[in-house]
Amino acid sequence: MDKLLLLGDEALAQGALDAGISGAYGYPGTPSTEIFEYVQHSKEAAQRNVHRTWSANEKTAMEEALGMSYTGKRALVTMKHVGLNVAADPFVNSAITGANGGLIVAVADDPSMHSSQNEQDSRHYGRFALVPVFEPSNQQEAYNMTFDAFALSEKYETPVIMRLVTRLSHSRAGIVRTNQLKENKINLPANPNQFMLLPAFARINYKNLIEKQKFLEKESENSKYNVYHDGKDKSLGIITCGLGYNYVKENHVEAECEYPILKICQYPLPRKLITKIVDECDEILIVEDGMPVVEEWLRGYLDNCLKIKGRMDGTLPRYGELDPARLRTALDLEPYPIKEVPTIVKGRPPELCKGCPHRDTYYALNEAMKEYEPGHVFSDIGCYTLGFLPPFNAINSCVDMGASISMAVGAADSGLFPSIAVIGDSTFGHSGMTPLLDAVNSKSNIVAFILDNSIVAMTGMQDSAVTGRVEDICLGIGVDKEHLRVINPMKSHHEENVKIIKDEINYNGVSVIIPRRPCIHIVAKLRKQK
Amino acid sequence: MKKDIILAGVGGQGILSIATIIGFAVVKTDLYLKQAEMHGMSQRGGAVESHLRISDKEIHSDLVPHGRSDMIISLEPMESLRYFPYLKHEGWLITNITPFVNIPNYPEMEHLLKEIKGHKNSIAIDGDAIAKEIGSPRSMNMVMLGASAPFLEIPFEMLEDGIRAVFGRKGEDIVKKNLDALNRGRDFAEKHIKK
Repeated sequence: MDKLLLLGDEALAQGALDAGISGAYGYPGTPSTEIFEYVQHSKEAAQRNVHRTWSANEKTAMEEALGMSYTGKRALVTMKHVGLNVAADPFVNSAITGANGGLIVAVADDPSMHSSQNEQDSRHYGRFALVPVFEPSNQQEAYNMTFDAFALSEKYETPVIMRLVTRLSHSRAGIVRTNQLKENKINLPANPNQFMLLPAFARINYKNLIEKQKFLEKESENSKYNVYHDGKDKSLGIITCGLGYNYVKENHVEAECEYPILKICQYPLPRKLITKIVDECDEILIVEDGMPVVEEWLRGYLDNCLKIKGRMDGTLPRYGELDPARLRTALDLEPYPIKEVPTIVKGRPPELCKGCPHRDTYYALNEAMKEYEPGHVFSDIGCYTLGFLPPFNAINSCVDMGASISMAVGAADSGLFPSIAVIGDSTFGHSGMTPLLDAVNSKSNIVAFILDNSIVAMTGMQDSAVTGRVEDICLGIGVDKEHLRVINPMKSHHEENVKIIKDEINYNGVSVIIPRRPCIHIVAKLRKQK
Repeated sequence: MKKDIILAGVGGQGILSIATIIGFAVVKTDLYLKQAEMHGMSQRGGAVESHLRISDKEIHSDLVPHGRSDMIISLEPMESLRYFPYLKHEGWLITNITPFVNIPNYPEMEHLLKEIKGHKNSIAIDGDAIAKEIGSPRSMNMVMLGASAPFLEIPFEMLEDGIRAVFGRKGEDIVKKNLDALNRGRDFAEKHIKK
């Protein structure tokens, strides 16, 4: 059969399509975006009419997927690791309701924070919510596991996390498709109270969820993804999670690894296999990409039972993604000779594109803010976060989706003047509307910029949920029409824009300024549509 | 057969098209391939890299190990040096020499060339100039792919097929120009090796 050359993200998506999903839900976020986009652009998905419209944020996506699962059909929901924080409420409660139709929560973590604010590990969420986790170590596994994850989800009526990391999400390899399942038909839950989390029912469901765990553990013990490879030298046993296995193997290309290796790709942890390797070997090295999750569990709080090496004792770095060289050091193998980077090589950080509308917005904002000390501008997650870098140095914070407006409100409450928020149109749709409502209700003295470039630019041009409706939304929330200003972020409008910004800074109340000009990457496309 | 390649450049220069074309060629064979790339904020005007691994045996790591790369193909001279820690001492450094200057402290060109030529096996080629000569400035990346072709151990026709497949929907003219760019790059490299 022909191989398809797919990213890890795309392999998971193809797996989900072949495993018979009826809907994909999600919000863009690097490195998860391509999972959803693959479904969105799939001809097959179009023929089958699989749901594939971006949701407003991860929480609505998770709930919509849960709604599809309620009806008995299979659903996939995709997000980046910090997106799962946004969806945490429905996610944790979906473990209590359980699933009806198969439900996969595909989460892409970002060790080393290539494109993120933190490197939280979604396996923590799995354990926290008592939800099984699959963690593929390669692209073909990402495809294959999707079938097993849906089967497990339906067998035990539980959502399942599929955890990817950047390096797998964004790496291509040849994939062979194996099977194609039919979609489920509508079939409502046999127990009409399954999704009714009133305390009386929630207690019953929670008890069931806890009882399920021993069966899920048994599934892990028998899983084809958790494999014990024996080795002659028992002075060390290596436990690898997900991609960690590849880096160990990479350092044993010439000769087989002499130590036993337990490759783990399905959780809860396979207790029997862990016990076996721990009993057989003098010392254990734990290799996991992301946080030392398994290492912490095995060490326990007192850390006095086992000889364990890993990220917590410095054998591997405490943070940052793994790579073959880091494993080489951990395995006490001779490092390969390395050429240094010549000192003349300088850093080349990302920048706002030439011609980007955000540039003109920041030039105008900076000029209007000249008379004040620095430290007044709260920003958000998007391309415009690059306004922090020279020559702009225009913003002072970037925390989480929507935090620009809420932090500006809190700072204004403290007496900071002026207090400015800068947020993109899609981020506004994701999590900016509720803090703007707070601002209106408490008559905060803030100026909120909603940078409307008609697209989700940073993640690669996805549709924005609020395109064409930003003013209506602001007015509906209660922003005064007089202080809802649309400006054209162009050099030719600079003086006029500076004046408008100054006027709104001096207005004591909520002002919204919408600099509107499409992202330069979609201008040609928009012209064609006209 | 085993080739570990680092593709380097600045966001927007077209390293991903190179990776796509090689990937297209390789996936039709029995060879294994892994190709790791960067997406998201890291793309915009900043340094970008892609790791491309081809082998007749199973490939484990998605990343090329430090000190093990057979080849750096760089679309920009300063970027070619950034990935030295990956390159084997006898590995090939194949780089475009037209600088992409978007930082205030960009080094002097002569210093860059000295470092590039100081590496044992290097090919420095003005990919931008050749692409302009053939009337297709945007095909610089295909000139560079052509310049690396003699070292790839992939049949040249398969790279040509890759170009036809990837650029096909953009029309016959674009395909022709990119094929031309590929050939010009290869010719340059072959002459250089003979010297």
